[in-house]
Amino acid sequence: MKRTVLKIGGVLLACILLFGALFAITRLLMPKYRETSVEGSLTAEYYRDTTPHDVLFIGDCEVFSNFSPVTLWNEYGIPSYIRGSAQQLVWHSYYLLEDALQTETPKVVVYNVLALKYGEPQSEAYNRMTLDGMRWGKAKTGAIKAGMTEGEDFMSYVFPLLRFHARWSELGSEDFAYWFKAGEPVSFNGYLLRTEVRPATETPLPPVLKDPHLPETSMAWLEKTAALCKENGIDLVLIKSPSIEPYWYPEWDADVAAFAEAHGLWYVNMIEQNDAIGIDMQTDTCDMGQHLNVYGAEKLSRWFGSELKTRYALADRRGDEALDAAYRTLTERYETEKLRLTEGN
Amino acid sequence: MLFTSWAFLLFLAVLVPLYYLVPKRVQWIVLLLADAVFVGFAGVRGAVYMVVTIVTVYAAARGFDALFRRQRETVAAMKATHTKEERKKARLGFEKKRRAVLILCLCVNVGILFVLKYGAAIGRLSAAWLHTPAFGADLTLTMGISFYTFSSIGYLLDVYRETIPAEKNPFRLALFVSFFPLLVQGPISRFDLLGRQLNAPHSFSGERFLSGALRIAWGYWKKLIVADRLLVAVKALCARPAVYRGDFVFVEMLLYAACLYADFTGGIDITIGIGEWFGVTVEENFFRPYFSKSISEYWRRWHITLGEWFKRYVYYPLSVSKPMRTLSQKSRRLGVGVSRRLPVYLATLLVWALTGAWHGSNWTFLVWGVLNGVVILLSEEMKPLYARFHARFPGLTNGACYRGFTVIRTILLLSSLRLLDCYATVKEAFSAFFSMFTTWNWGAVFRGGIQSLGLSWADYGAAFAGVLCMFALSMAQRKGPIRKRILSHGTVCSVCVLLLLIGTILVFGRYGFGFDAGQFIYNRF
Repeated sequence: MKRTVLKIGGVLLACILLFGALFAITRLLMPKYRETSVEGSLTAEYYRDTTPHDVLFIGDCEVFSNFSPVTLWNEYGIPSYIRGSAQQLVWHSYYLLEDALQTETPKVVVYNVLALKYGEPQSEAYNRMTLDGMRWGKAKTGAIKAGMTEGEDFMSYVFPLLRFHARWSELGSEDFAYWFKAGEPVSFNGYLLRTEVRPATETPLPPVLKDPHLPETSMAWLEKTAALCKENGIDLVLIKSPSIEPYWYPEWDADVAAFAEAHGLWYVNMIEQNDAIGIDMQTDTCDMGQHLNVYGAEKLSRWFGSELKTRYALADRRGDEALDAAYRTLTERYETEKLRLTEGN
Repeated sequence: MLFTSWAFLLFLAVLVPLYYLVPKRVQWIVLLLADAVFVGFAGVRGAVYMVVTIVTVYAAARGFDALFRRQRETVAAMKATHTKEERKKARLGFEKKRRAVLILCLCVNVGILFVLKYGAAIGRLSAAWLHTPAFGADLTLTMGISFYTFSSIGYLLDVYRETIPAEKNPFRLALFVSFFPLLVQGPISRFDLLGRQLNAPHSFSGERFLSGALRIAWGYWKKLIVADRLLVAVKALCARPAVYRGDFVFVEMLLYAACLYADFTGGIDITIGIGEWFGVTVEENFFRPYFSKSISEYWRRWHITLGEWFKRYVYYPLSVSKPMRTLSQKSRRLGVGVSRRLPVYLATLLVWALTGAWHGSNWTFLVWGVLNGVVILLSEEMKPLYARFHARFPGLTNGACYRGFTVIRTILLLSSLRLLDCYATVKEAFSAFFSMFTTWNWGAVFRGGIQSLGLSWADYGAAFAGVLCMFALSMAQRKGPIRKRILSHGTVCSVCVLLLLIGTILVFGRYGFGFDAGQFIYNRF
């Protein structure tokens, strides 16, 4: 009897050791997204911010590069967060919103429409950057299943070691430095601060569209997103962030405008508002018109904050002690980083 | 359903507990249903061919049984009333009928295999030479057909020779023919060794389960850490025969030797381990083949069951067949040595040509097979010369160095022959082989060339470490089976080894997104 117990105990201990070792190895091998492809950190960082948000931005790089929650707070007292990551597709956006609604209910959801042009899964690498950081639950399961590319499998999301095991040969210092440590957030409430100025030199000719309309799949996900907002009493705002490239076709614009009209939503194509906002693609872009730098993002946030306040009667939350404290810390970190990067340029 | 797929692991995870949970008398039915699922996953076409094999082989074997019984009854009844000559005539009549049934059944089964294996190639040749419209392009081998057809034919011939009785239950025969672990890449099994075990009831044994798990894990280890890694470089080298010449070919030979060994033995390890999980001992297919001191020894230790099959069902019957005996008699005037050798050598060459042809429809396989036979016969002919040499230099040939030399010589020789397996045409293979002696680019491989093959230095390092582990294990196995020694250290030690294997596979294996942890090399034969 004693021998059997010892045997079972030994086997259990060996299993615990193996699982412990595999857990540690998985942590080591998973990309940390600290120095390169930092966008990969954005999804997970959302859970570190415990303050409530009146405005939640949803979308791809055009939200995490172009809107500054720090400006929105300091100018209008609007607490906000950006749930965006690189090439975040429409189904990702839907499930990330559903995931956010588990813990908070914003008053306004700002939805960037660029990703509507993709009706099919695009890239495994971007899928991983968007989804690996998401907390487990119905939303994450749905997001994974909705958009796996060929060759991806669900198990590798459950056990990321199955996906990232081959990184053993490319481990770098950041992998060890952030093995068990989260480190400082790379974003400012989901905003990735960039100070480089790379002016837009020319407007590239857009390729001819095979199908002038946005894919039906995308529109169906947008429909679901609108329904989810309605169900939760949230005002949904559709935006097209200002950019020169990728080209935003008038046909797509018409599709979104029609959708907005049919659902009684505000849709604003900010490309057409460049002058009103004050965006200058010679000074306000960090990559020749694809994304805004911090100067452009601050201009855009100032303009958009004013619009939001007027249209949705958002309260000025400055004076709330907890929020004041949180945003003071955030602003300090933001200004320090802005200065550091500006000097670095 | 690939061995390396999640679906297969899930399939096993459901099947093994189910097998031991059901009453023992229906265990074989569970296995048969599992076979049906496994075969079904591979496609309906394959299932149909398999059913044809099962039905025809069952019917023929039962036919033999009936004819034997009737023969015995008839001859016994004739004993008092008929002469010896008449009884012999009656016996011959039954023999004729049995032979007719055998030939018919062989025609059907070998015919299916032949058409699927060579149909496309014949279609291409016909189009090229006779300018007929191309045909047979859609004829492809179905899963395991080369293996189960040979196993079935073995069973049929054993019943024909009255070595074993015919199985009365067609479903029990179906279980032998379709046993799923053997469908991927063999081994080619015998009914008297495997069939009875499959149909017998089995109780769960923790130790046997652990032993099987160790074997399975070691198989995956070899496949995913070594074979699939090296295969990337081998494929890259074979794909550009005009570019990769000289020392690249030498490296390719060695990489392919390691890759094929890890792939084939890895798959067989998984098969044998799965067999153990169901209480079945599957025949070993390898016996440390790379320690062979000659090609003929190598072939007694590599793909043992295929060699045994050809020996048992082709070579021996052919050597003592009437035409061979006649040939031997007629060649007596050329000398006793010639008359003794001729049938043996002819049978050897024919068996090797068939072995080559079994591997595929490409000419490279046929040439590879015949060359193997030629090398074996040459070695046989040169034995007296070697004996004289050994007698002259006993000190030189007795040491470990000489043994090492013979082992390396064998590896290089068989690796050279295997170049025919790597290239698309015989010409390319020979050209690559001779380039080792004509293209003097020694060192080009290590001056960056090797990194252009799709693997990083880290990958080569992992593969090399894997090969070293396999070598060390083979060395250790000379003192007895490793698993037995591990298991003798107790459950905890065995579980630790198992977990270590699983852990290293999970980290260093080539699987998952971006990798092609594909089918086993021998599955395409």
